[in-house]
Amino acid sequence: MAEYRLKTPVSEEDVRKLKVGDIVYLDGIIITGRDQVHRRALELAAKGEKDKVPVNLEGMALYHCGPIVKKIDGEWKIFGFGPTTSARMESVEADFIREFKVRLIIGKGGMFEKTTQAMKEYGAAYLAYPGGTSAVATSAVKRVVDVHWLDLGTPEAMWVVEVENFGPTMVAIDSHGNNLYTDVLSKAKKAAEEIKAKF
Amino acid sequence: MPDLKESIKSGIVTMMREAAFNVPRDVKEALQRAYEIEDNPVARANLEAILRNIEVSGKTKLPMCQDTGTPTFFIELGEDFPLKSELRSLIEEAVRTATSEIPLRPNAVDPWTYKNSGDNTGRYVPIIHLELVPGSEMKVIYLAKGGGSENTSKLYMLSPVLGLKGIKRAVIDAMIDAGPKPCPPIVVGVGVGGSADMALKLAKKATFRRLDEPNPDPKLAEIEQELLEKINSLGLGPMGLGGKTYALGVKIEWAHKHPASLPVGINTQCWAFRRSEAVFDSNGNMRLLVPP
Repeated sequence: MAEYRLKTPVSEEDVRKLKVGDIVYLDGIIITGRDQVHRRALELAAKGEKDKVPVNLEGMALYHCGPIVKKIDGEWKIFGFGPTTSARMESVEADFIREFKVRLIIGKGGMFEKTTQAMKEYGAAYLAYPGGTSAVATSAVKRVVDVHWLDLGTPEAMWVVEVENFGPTMVAIDSHGNNLYTDVLSKAKKAAEEIKAKF
Repeated sequence: MPDLKESIKSGIVTMMREAAFNVPRDVKEALQRAYEIEDNPVARANLEAILRNIEVSGKTKLPMCQDTGTPTFFIELGEDFPLKSELRSLIEEAVRTATSEIPLRPNAVDPWTYKNSGDNTGRYVPIIHLELVPGSEMKVIYLAKGGGSENTSKLYMLSPVLGLKGIKRAVIDAMIDAGPKPCPPIVVGVGVGGSADMALKLAKKATFRRLDEPNPDPKLAEIEQELLEKINSLGLGPMGLGGKTYALGVKIEWAHKHPASLPVGINTQCWAFRRSEAVFDSNGNMRLLVPP
């Protein structure tokens, strides 16, 4: 198990180094995107209007997060910056990785086969941020750089946030086809059958 | 009685604030113990982050989790408590104030239009479970229930012939289905009997019993302990990424049931157990019981 500190945007080489179980801290820009950001960005891509996506996502870290925000004296401030459940994005994440070349997906609860395959193919990794640890995440925020698509509502908008020492995140899906969540779960399923038979 | 109303309202805002930045002491201690016995490095990193988060939240007054939950109240209202008629509107006002002051994330959404009310109130929200009890006090339990852990709740309408075996199997099945989703380590509430709705309500209520307080019925205490050990032996661990502790406790509540039914409700509660408990006397003075 290795520990890394990476600055975004990250290169394919950096991502390929990561193995499941490694711990990663991030510096630089993180972009939030949950259900509606995925939907809108992929709709634009499907129409050949990728240039209308307001941020260049190549090499970037996409964070499954609906922050708590408040505008104070004309400036956005973040009060909550913990991860949301990534499983909701499973059906679209592989397309998102292919279209926008994001290298890191940060979230909680993990993702499945289709995303794992896309990460292997295009060189991306999934970083698990400990669920619910919003106060720690918020204290890693340096500033809100920008926000786009506010019409989607504040949790669903695309927030461009500068962070420092954001973590710990754990590599739960690497770019070599390994998925820590599905490994743990398949062992647990076997154990559960044995336990249930003995009741 | 303007003072009584005012003190209930401000008392409830205080309860909501306490819950946003703290977890009850027994939960914190259980998480600390889970960290001490853990040797899986990923699990240790998760638990360390959780413990640090509790500390940072308490100090900086940043919400524990960005999902500040659905405001839920379990109220035991004394029959002789002097105020009843405006209780719901007082609680709604308190929720609006707390949402803007703390601040909390607005989580009340119309299921047809997906429009967010913006202040955590709406049709049947805040969720209020009201029970009339003897006496002149009002006991309030406030729970900020996150979406992730509520989503892994389960209802099993078992065939009564399955009995205890069926109940235990249902609990294990629910854990496998929940996996990493409810932000483990979790507290597992099991409600047995009553009706479909009652079993789920009892399951949620069961999670309020302190983790270090075993079931008063020794037979049920034994089942709780057995289920806890079996759940943790699945190896799911914190955040479902492997390790020794998936559940901090299993708590059972029950009711008599129809002969043809065996309802089993299961409620999963994330580690960020944002709960406060207080008693208001008939003058509106509040004694905060949890946290600390």
